[in-house]
Amino acid sequence: MKILVCISNVPDTTTKVKFVDNSTKIDVNGIQWVINPWDELALTRALELKDDASNGVQTVTVGHVGLISSEPTLRKALAIGADDAIRINIEAGDAYAIAVQLAEAIRNENFDIILCGIESSDHNGSTVGGMLAELLGYPSVTGVSSVKIENGQLVITREIDGGKEIITVPAPFIAVVQKGIAKEPRIAAMRGIMMARTKPIKVVEPQLIDSLTEVINYEMPKPRAACKYVAADDAGQLIVLLQNEAKVI
Amino acid sequence: MSVLVFLENWDGKFKKLSFELVSYASKVAEMLGQPAIALSIGKVDASELEKLAAYGAEKVINIENDSIKAFDEQVYTSMIAEVAQKTGANILVLANNNSGKALAPRLSVRLKAGIASGVSRLPVSINPFVVYKKVYSGKAFANVAIKTEIKIITLAQNSFEVVESSKTFVVEKMNIQPDGKLMKTQVKEVQKQSGKILITDADIVVSGGRGMKSPDNWGPLVELADLLGAATACSRPVSDEGWRSHDEHTGQTGKIIAPNLYFAIGISGATQHLAGVSSSKFIVAINTDKDAPIFEAAQYGIVGDASKVLPKLVEAVKEIKSK
Repeated sequence: MKILVCISNVPDTTTKVKFVDNSTKIDVNGIQWVINPWDELALTRALELKDDASNGVQTVTVGHVGLISSEPTLRKALAIGADDAIRINIEAGDAYAIAVQLAEAIRNENFDIILCGIESSDHNGSTVGGMLAELLGYPSVTGVSSVKIENGQLVITREIDGGKEIITVPAPFIAVVQKGIAKEPRIAAMRGIMMARTKPIKVVEPQLIDSLTEVINYEMPKPRAACKYVAADDAGQLIVLLQNEAKVI
Repeated sequence: MSVLVFLENWDGKFKKLSFELVSYASKVAEMLGQPAIALSIGKVDASELEKLAAYGAEKVINIENDSIKAFDEQVYTSMIAEVAQKTGANILVLANNNSGKALAPRLSVRLKAGIASGVSRLPVSINPFVVYKKVYSGKAFANVAIKTEIKIITLAQNSFEVVESSKTFVVEKMNIQPDGKLMKTQVKEVQKQSGKILITDADIVVSGGRGMKSPDNWGPLVELADLLGAATACSRPVSDEGWRSHDEHTGQTGKIIAPNLYFAIGISGATQHLAGVSSSKFIVAINTDKDAPIFEAAQYGIVGDASKVLPKLVEAVKEIKSK
């Protein structure tokens, strides 16, 4: 069995974002780039599945659309334990363009399980996984908090409003994964970092494809009104304010 | 041409989210001078379908089919795409929850329709078609142009007020036979939590962090939530420690919510936590550390210890309830 984990290269989640060029681009100065948190959990789960030999997972590959500048993030994924990487060599467009690039690059690679994080922490789109599934004609399950292989069968937990469903689905399939898929992201050990240097990154030339959407500009949120303080001894006054002033209770 | 809004149901019932979606679709339809058509798949009572009329749907298409035994993303995509084609939909509206996140991207490919997800307002402009959406987990917003003829929007929950606007209303039963070969999802078991208010649905959420000090201290927090008809939530360290269930974790990688009122009790307000709650209309912060970043996001604050403040809040709520 072969697993692909799609990863996005995003600013560290503690970044204070700023925009340049008339607010059309993020200011990349000083940004630490990391594996998108959900993708990192997906990768961790893929490696856990591979660790248990009875699951019969041969390889874990990471797939990424981006320029050579995102290779440090791919090397990190390899250091954590992925066997190899595929990088489609173009600056990421919108979700559709990314999904098409991924689909064309992996169509003939015969992955059995494809894991995608439920959203990227930059554009918050939640769309690449589902698009990729549709482009490949694979079934997809979205909101997945557990993927197991039991007697060769895929057993998936899907989070629904107010509960969960235990599902089976035949491979090949795409799981769009969320919280719960792995406890903690796996951290690269020194040995992994050394080994990552020689693991293969296959660079694929991109397709000619147009984005369907375009960011016109970015805006910062309106500053919130300053916090109104209530003394701790007089905490009950807060409830009065919430009722009479904010009118929310 | 039409604006088509897809509505899931929960055991045959709609909820506030459904009415937000219909209200939104009908306002967009008004901007375009087109009808808003609601699509419901599965068994839903006629009385539930009629509720949708109050929010501006001119037509409700209902597909009921015994062969649909599970929420299979390919099967639903096929059915919605077929209805979109039959109704000449040029705008599709879905929820930005797990079902919407499952279907919208597949429909995007199927209909060659650009998608903007997590939209929180009416379109900024129609021509070009520009919508306003959250990016960087709430640290910024983007105006996004959708350049395709058909456009897909997923609406952020609790971001759009329900608007009553009664229209003459018809229910149409549509018989669409799903392609059995596509049905690959088999549900083996469903585990439901009953009686709990869902964090994502709640108008008020009372959330505790490490400042609660111990899982044994949650009593007054739960009591406050019960009195307010609120859901309980927690920060990531609390769910990681196993003090509270993972279902309660709000934040970047947990639940992303937008209640009217959010109590952050003993939560310092790390960026990752704020990413999950920054769309709340009012945030109340209770923390011993007056420099905690949560006070920058909050409209009301108390610098103090949760164990001393919570009982006072409980008493105050009891008092206003008794009036």
